[in-house]
Amino acid sequence: MTALLESESLTKRFGGIAALDSCSISVAEGNITALIGPNGSGKTTLFNLVTGYLPADSGSIAFAGRSVRRPHPASLYRMGLCRTFQQPRVFSNLTVIENMAAAILQPWGSLLRSRVRSSDRSRALEVLDDFGLTRLADAPAGTLSFGQRKLLEFATVLMGRPRIILLDEPTSGVNPVMIEIMERHIRELHQQGLAFLIVEHDMHVVMRLCDPVIVLDHGAKIAEGAPAAVQSDPTVLDAYLGA
Amino acid sequence: MHLIVQAAILGLLTGGVYALMASGLTLAFGVMRVINVAQGAMIVAGAYVSYTMFTQLQIDPFVSIVIMAPAAFVVGVAVQLVFLRPLRSDEREELSLLVTWAIALGIEGILGIFYQTTLRATRPSYVNDSLTLFGYDVSVVRLAAFAASCVILVLLYLMLQHTRFGRAIRATVQNPTAASLLGVESNRVAAYGFGISVATATAAGAVFGMITPFNAGSHYDLISRLLTIIVLGGMGSLGGAVIAALFMGMSEAILAVEMSPTWASLWFFVILVLVLLIRPQGLLGTPERGKL
Amino acid sequence: MKRVTPAGLARGAAVTAAGLAFPLLVTAPYLMTIAIFTVMYAALATSWNLLGGFSGYLSLGHAAFFGVGAYAEAIVFTHIGIGGGYRPFAMVPLIGLGVAVAAIPIAIVFLRVRGATFAIVTISLLFIVQLLAFNLRSLTNGAQGMSMAIPPFPVATYERPFYYAMLAVFLGSVLCCWIVSTGKLGLMLFAIRDDEDRAHGLGIRVTAAKVIAFCVSAGLFAMPGAIWAYYEGFIYPQFAVDPLVTIGAVLMAFLGGRGTIWGPMLGALILVPAQQYLAYSQGASQLYLIGYSAVFLVIMLLMPRGIIPSLRDLAVSHNPFDRPAGNGESKPSTSGVSP
Repeated sequence: MTALLESESLTKRFGGIAALDSCSISVAEGNITALIGPNGSGKTTLFNLVTGYLPADSGSIAFAGRSVRRPHPASLYRMGLCRTFQQPRVFSNLTVIENMAAAILQPWGSLLRSRVRSSDRSRALEVLDDFGLTRLADAPAGTLSFGQRKLLEFATVLMGRPRIILLDEPTSGVNPVMIEIMERHIRELHQQGLAFLIVEHDMHVVMRLCDPVIVLDHGAKIAEGAPAAVQSDPTVLDAYLGA
Repeated sequence: MHLIVQAAILGLLTGGVYALMASGLTLAFGVMRVINVAQGAMIVAGAYVSYTMFTQLQIDPFVSIVIMAPAAFVVGVAVQLVFLRPLRSDEREELSLLVTWAIALGIEGILGIFYQTTLRATRPSYVNDSLTLFGYDVSVVRLAAFAASCVILVLLYLMLQHTRFGRAIRATVQNPTAASLLGVESNRVAAYGFGISVATATAAGAVFGMITPFNAGSHYDLISRLLTIIVLGGMGSLGGAVIAALFMGMSEAILAVEMSPTWASLWFFVILVLVLLIRPQGLLGTPERGKL
Repeated sequence: MKRVTPAGLARGAAVTAAGLAFPLLVTAPYLMTIAIFTVMYAALATSWNLLGGFSGYLSLGHAAFFGVGAYAEAIVFTHIGIGGGYRPFAMVPLIGLGVAVAAIPIAIVFLRVRGATFAIVTISLLFIVQLLAFNLRSLTNGAQGMSMAIPPFPVATYERPFYYAMLAVFLGSVLCCWIVSTGKLGLMLFAIRDDEDRAHGLGIRVTAAKVIAFCVSAGLFAMPGAIWAYYEGFIYPQFAVDPLVTIGAVLMAFLGGRGTIWGPMLGALILVPAQQYLAYSQGASQLYLIGYSAVFLVIMLLMPRGIIPSLRDLAVSHNPFDRPAGNGESKPSTSGVSP
């Protein structure tokens, strides 16, 4: 399979600390790839760099085989790369439907047209239906529970017809039922052709869902492979149990 | 050339006083992300109180600084508690601008009622004296004002670096959450920090009153300069504020000689716009990142 | 979700009718003067709200545009000689358009910063414009001020043309706000207000949306300035470019409800007559400063979201999901997410 998202020797320093140290990873199209590593290994920083939220100090990023010189969240979204956040971010003062509509890419001419056109609304309702959020469609997003927000955030990024979704800890802070729901959605979307890069701490989820698994430690990749292989890799065990 | 150096000296001395004024703003912003637009009005209030103490009680303005400081501190703490703490933290930055602007208007109104619009100036006996240093004329008052500003700024710096309270302030400035987790009472730090900032404002007001004629409406010009100074220097950076203040003071004075006083004032703001084009975070500020 | 609702149409029709009928019912000159200023500030507060309330970018220097509008009118009269009568009114829309276009580079530069820094640079703009007004003497006559044509209107209905001109600008501003608020642009702006970085991450054209809002707001803010210049007959830099004009507009938008369409008008209806009454009866201008100050502080502390959102909250507290597609009030009290 072709590599959809690649980073080459990405480095990012904060003060004297290298959060990412010459990190090179490759995420193939059509895979559900896990990104794991102990706290502070650079997973979220990698996300931030690859999605254009932070500038890299050095190194490069490529998407769908083409080098992305100055990654910017908006242009990457249009190319098909999107992400969610550890603490789910929604537009609190907009309704759920409006949250979804905001993420639909619009041509210039539609600026003055209605906020949520009927075509937008039906597209959004389809997805909301899948996620079981239909009855909340007109509720302000700020009134949603934590788990509902995570679902909404996930549903929202689908509006841009992405090719790959970067999920930052999708199962943290939610109950086991919700974890199952999340997993189901990821599997279904994967079957429809979406690739995923998931930062995850829950090893059960990783084992069930993801292949391959990339392991980061101290800002660099230390292992990569099938979940079982990675789990028994001595380098990985070393990293987690501490030096 | 002689004129330019003369102007530069004058600018440096004035810049020092601006630095003192701006330091209060920076401190308030650092400890609770509040933009105190009333700083200008508080400086003017300090000038008026010092003026009154001088004309009615013959208290020297420099002495009045010491007298005003504790009262100003208490007023600052009170203002912070009543008007600023209730503001929600995610909107505090912008809302504080409006709230403190309202306070500034209130102060201007009250001062206007008591003192009307006549321009005042505190004129102790030495106000027209000047020294000759290396062939340049230096006004005694401006030199003393500069010296007083330096002293206060140094005291401020020492307090921040070497006292427990100062460390608490610096911790809160850097990372309020971590600081409070480590036992720093960020509410108290914010209140006291704001009190100190008001105290420095009145001190600056006392010297300001000797250098420039003022009335209740003078705070607009003051605060507009101070705001551009802290944006230029980088919000939250004390060092940046001092550098920006000195730079502005000197360049304005030199331009006033080379061109005209009114164009020199314009310079302040043009520089600001240019800096923002190139470096939005100011000279020593940290780049404004959104939440990640 | 239909865009044009019966309730909305009714509100618009009611306000328009009331506005048109007012001068026919009330003829006392001093009341008409108050009315002119009320409608003027309603227009100013509404157009400020387009940027400040919808996108969350609080501009505190908008009075710069008011001043530019005023001086544009005076300059066109003095240096180009358009003549008097009704022609100065014809200039108003052109001035609005010109200011909106001229604001584009300013918007691009200023919108690179956010929050309080943005507010501060807009204040700087205000002082730049004021200083230019004082200093470009060949153009603006500096501190001596500029004069406008003497309006040839009959004494009995002297105020009416000005009133109707202000009313037209006000209604136009409300219409613009409505088009934006109920449209995609409004969706983008409210999203930006809630979480600008995330808006980027969802492909929203953030810069374009902000610049458009800024420029439209600036153009609309300039038009009352142009009418005001003609009404006053003689303008001075410190009054044409006056920070209190911004603070007044902001205060009214806050009072009525930022982010709503009619909120700023409500704020103006309450505050302007009060302020004018104080000015006439007490004479002292200092008192109205204290009044502004007190009202603003009270609002910020007790009713931070403004009147209309607070009323709406009371009304819908029984039916939380039955809200109209939000005109976007200030953030709710439980945002729930970050510490």
